[in-house]
Amino acid sequence: MRDRVAKGPLIPYLLWIVFFVIAPIALIIYYSMLDLQGNFTLENYKRFFSPVYLKMAFTSFFYAILITFFTLLISYPTAYFLTKTKHKHLWLMFIIIPSWINLLLKTYAFIGIFGLYGPINAFISVFGIEPKQILFTDFSFLFVSVYIFIPFMIMPIFNSIDKLNPSLVDAARDLGASPFTTFRRVIWPLTIEGVKSGIQVTFIPALSLFMITRLIAGNQVITLGTAIEQQFLVAQNWGMGSTIAVFLVLIMFASMIFTAKRTKGGRV
Amino acid sequence: MKKLSMPAKIYLIIVFVILYAPIFYLIYYSFNSGGSMHDFESFTLEHYRAVFEDSRLLVILINTVIIALLSGLISTIIGTLGAIGIFSIKRRNIRNILLSLNNILIVSPDVVIGASFLILFTMIGVKLGFASVLISHIAFSIPIVVLMVLPKLLEMNPNLIDAAQDLGATRRDVLYRVIIPYIKPGIFAGFFMALTYSLDDFAVTFFVTGNGFSTLSVEIYSIARVGISLTINALSGIIFVVTVLIVIGYYFVTRRTKFANGGIGRL
Amino acid sequence: MKSLINLSIAILLVCAGLYFIAEKLEPSGGKGSKDTITIYNWGDYIDPKLLKKFTKETGIKVIYETFDSNEAMLTKIQQGGTTYDIAVPSEYTIEMMIEKDLLYPIDHSKIPNLKYIDPYYLDLPFDPGNKYSIPYFWGTVGIVFNPNLLSKPLTFESWNDLWDPSLKNKVFLVDSAREVMGMSLNSMGESLNAKDDKLLQKATEKLIKLSPNIKGVIGDEIIPMMENNEAAVAITWSGSAADMMAENEELDYAVPKEGSNLWFDNFVIPKTAKNIEGAHKFINFMLDPENAAQNAEYVGYSTPNKAALKLMDPEIANDERFYPPEEIKNRLEVYENLGLEWLGKYNEYFLEFKMSIK
Repeated sequence: MRDRVAKGPLIPYLLWIVFFVIAPIALIIYYSMLDLQGNFTLENYKRFFSPVYLKMAFTSFFYAILITFFTLLISYPTAYFLTKTKHKHLWLMFIIIPSWINLLLKTYAFIGIFGLYGPINAFISVFGIEPKQILFTDFSFLFVSVYIFIPFMIMPIFNSIDKLNPSLVDAARDLGASPFTTFRRVIWPLTIEGVKSGIQVTFIPALSLFMITRLIAGNQVITLGTAIEQQFLVAQNWGMGSTIAVFLVLIMFASMIFTAKRTKGGRV
Repeated sequence: MKKLSMPAKIYLIIVFVILYAPIFYLIYYSFNSGGSMHDFESFTLEHYRAVFEDSRLLVILINTVIIALLSGLISTIIGTLGAIGIFSIKRRNIRNILLSLNNILIVSPDVVIGASFLILFTMIGVKLGFASVLISHIAFSIPIVVLMVLPKLLEMNPNLIDAAQDLGATRRDVLYRVIIPYIKPGIFAGFFMALTYSLDDFAVTFFVTGNGFSTLSVEIYSIARVGISLTINALSGIIFVVTVLIVIGYYFVTRRTKFANGGIGRL
Repeated sequence: MKSLINLSIAILLVCAGLYFIAEKLEPSGGKGSKDTITIYNWGDYIDPKLLKKFTKETGIKVIYETFDSNEAMLTKIQQGGTTYDIAVPSEYTIEMMIEKDLLYPIDHSKIPNLKYIDPYYLDLPFDPGNKYSIPYFWGTVGIVFNPNLLSKPLTFESWNDLWDPSLKNKVFLVDSAREVMGMSLNSMGESLNAKDDKLLQKATEKLIKLSPNIKGVIGDEIIPMMENNEAAVAITWSGSAADMMAENEELDYAVPKEGSNLWFDNFVIPKTAKNIEGAHKFINFMLDPENAAQNAEYVGYSTPNKAALKLMDPEIANDERFYPPEEIKNRLEVYENLGLEWLGKYNEYFLEFKMSIK
């Protein structure tokens, strides 16, 4: 059946891929093999495997997994409950609207909210608790990162749950399945596509977060993205920056293969 | 449709409160005569007046909206066509390669996208400014549109197309009468995601803008160097209220039309 | 399908309408022509009233655009797709730009107000004879602190006071490799332009010992945060310190005796400039003592304009924290252009230090 659809529409899209995906990647791979004088070298790759960079890559990975996990943990039930509300599409819009307010501004608001003299500390001091250091901690970093990614995770999950045929759920119930079994055997497998796109738009961007690593984490968390930014804009070592970027692209391919394999069974 | 249980309601309320907390924090201080985001002194509207007196800021705001709408529209068109194209490719390998290429821009760090686009524009000779920013925004919004549209295509019942063909529909008819109406919710979701990406972007724009052209996030970044002025708070307050009104208004207007139920597509 | 097309048309109409409004608000006019100049400067680094005054006096419209780091600015100008008429880089970047042949030589005969500049700031090693650059502001790197938040009466006459255990989790650093590594090198009595791996390693080890005291390594957010007493101590540039002190009277500023960085930001005219005549006019205008004084009071950094100093509030002009006497200035060092390889090393060591903060 698929061959009956015209292939013409693909042309602008393919042009886009050539100019804005393949060309930039080629440029980055090319730059990653240049040293500061512009000579060909593999030195950058060797340096990436030095303890400093490996440690950074590892911690960045660790935080990205945490962020993705918590984002999913919060987003899935939210998306699920949203599909059960009366004006579900309106409510979904209200999930998205906050992401239209400039991120930098929201970050500044968080700096104020989490501050030593901010509302949270003012609130807990009512109960006689000493002001706590919230800003520049792992907690604040995770909180704000999850905050950023929630709408991007909810969107695809909402769409897949929304498509779910409610009679399937009813049928499972009628057949005596417990709510948990229904979820595990019916709802989850049928919505895994949405979860997958949600993870895709969260995990790798979480690896490459920057800006809030400085503003919210005070540079106590350094992601691959921050390191790339520093190499490009501060050290002006485009070769090293490109090398780190090449690894990000590789990690991305790996994660895509990983998510693709897992679902094969469910979709045949 | 079942009713939400009490814990579910509370859960949703908490999520919404957290999502909106920083925005209300910003708006709260936009009424502060004290001039900073701490120590609320007294109520004032002077920051709102300042917004309308600052024509440069208004122009930047308009630029931002134009870039978001245009890039959203164009990337939605290209992305939707691309998704249909990918869908129509039979060979699994080619499809997977295209999809992987598609996802690269979504997962690439903004800095890398910005830097590589900058090199690219230098090589092609595009002058930095409105055009370079618009092209970049279109470029990084396309893949998210594809990601939003493709699942809709995949879940479409193949019999639908077969049935249409059996009834004598041409390829064009199939595309316009069957496929597009079916994936419309995905198209709209893609458009809104593209808008979101465009409005949210700072790093890419920062790299590829120049010659006096600026968007709100770049402008805010440069103002933020010395602490945010509350004019920006007031501006975001206005943007927020206007957006909410448009969304609610549009929702209820379109609900009354014949497309009443189903799909974010009606928004 | 029809609704999609209608919506697309609606979007295009809205865009056209918005464009029309924008043109009404600020006509773009003849871009890059004789009656506009485009300035590329640090954020909030000029009194906007002076821009208006300049337009009123000369009829030349000013487009003001900002950057956040010397490197970002350099990248844009090098790219060639921009037409900035004036930029304001720091000294080591000026050296690089001269090397890369990105600057237009400045015609001193068109800038008679150059005579008001203190000769101390002219003819410096990064630009001999000021062939390519004209002084705008200068300053130091030092320590801002709030004595009321210290549990021990530290004076910060020495960088080593920062390592005092009583400062646990109370110190902000600027997110900049040269400033922080330089501070550590200075604290050991070494030059902040050191090109010696062993020394840099030692400086990094010393910094890692400082990490329990670090609350965060941040950028310009230091200013509002120090104003708001989020931390007791911060390492920052003198002008940021002046901003903070204007808002929070409890704060004090010190330049430690072991030495520190002395830096300059100068006007330059990039080769890609379109309105060279207008750029000269603007530089001359900003050097006028009255304008320079007004600007210095607005920006808070130290002006090299000695005629302007006489016009300024004596309390500012005589403040030794921001206008240190010559003998202190002689202990300060100007950044040398280390070359990309050493710059990379400084950044790598700095990264190692940042990774150790927890």
